[in-house]
Amino acid sequence: MGFRNLGLLGSFAKEGLEKAFSLGKFFCFLHVTDTYLVTFVVTSGPSMLPTIDLIPTMFLGERISTRFGKVTRGDIVIIRSPQNPRKLIAKRLAGMEDDTVTYISNPDEPDKQETIVVPKGHVWIQGDNAYKSNDSRNFGAVPYGLIQHRLFWRVWPIKGFGPFWKH
Amino acid sequence: MGSSSFLWNFTKKFVTFGIITVTVSDRYVTVVPVRGGSMSPTLNPKTSSSAGNFSDDYVLVEKFCVDKYRFSHGDVVVFSSPLNHKERHIKRIVALSGEWFGSRQNYDVLKVPEGHCWVEGDNAAFSMDSKSFGPIPLGLIRGRVTHVVWPPQRIGAIQSPPRERLSSL
Repeated sequence: MGFRNLGLLGSFAKEGLEKAFSLGKFFCFLHVTDTYLVTFVVTSGPSMLPTIDLIPTMFLGERISTRFGKVTRGDIVIIRSPQNPRKLIAKRLAGMEDDTVTYISNPDEPDKQETIVVPKGHVWIQGDNAYKSNDSRNFGAVPYGLIQHRLFWRVWPIKGFGPFWKH
Repeated sequence: MGSSSFLWNFTKKFVTFGIITVTVSDRYVTVVPVRGGSMSPTLNPKTSSSAGNFSDDYVLVEKFCVDKYRFSHGDVVVFSSPLNHKERHIKRIVALSGEWFGSRQNYDVLKVPEGHCWVEGDNAAFSMDSKSFGPIPLGLIRGRVTHVVWPPQRIGAIQSPPRERLSSL
């Protein structure tokens, strides 16, 4: 009798363990998709106006082209801020390594242009809204390794749903 | 029929195992080999003598520190090189953001910018570090080295900063 009870208890425990294990597997699967394939990104703020709205907008970001160095000029990417590693920022790639970039450091004085060459292993990022964007004009070129994802699909708000690579 | 289901089971187990391994090594802890002598004598104390890789140290890298990006002086960290994002380097943090830091080469005093840190190899003579590429953003850091796990006679925790370093702070 006692033996049979133990068997019942054991099967409960086994079932619980199996549940926990499959939950763990699911978590691992999520992590791998998130880190190596695609992930959801929510952006907000004025720095990418008019391409990306001020209000929170949801995108799909992919990590395949960033991993293999296939991102190019004009792509909109999510970058870990060089000034605060806990913050992610969305900016447009304005120059890859060895590119010559000419930019206006202060949009109120459009005559004052500056030209630099992007150093090796770095990229030049700029927001579309030159008036309100903290970007490479401020902190210089950033290492490629800070790039997290490339935005490729707009998900929310629903009326903007669709591909997002030719903007 | 029987063999194909065996194959299917095997593949499933294999993939599951792979996914779990990748997750653990990305998020929690991993083991990596150390190449080169830039961190000698803390890591790879005698690389110059042997050409082979069999004397390389293997180190334990913890990834928890990357959640909050909190680091302290003397931490040995793994980061992706600012010059080539595919390369990983292991160096020691010498100064953190906002600190004034005197380099021993040219006696310049410079301030480490916000969100950056100054990294140097323990073997100052053979090290490609902040002396050549400047301070690096904390966002490039991928993990912190805590222990040497191989070879067996060198198993142990990483030593805190070697002597002369303290004078430069």
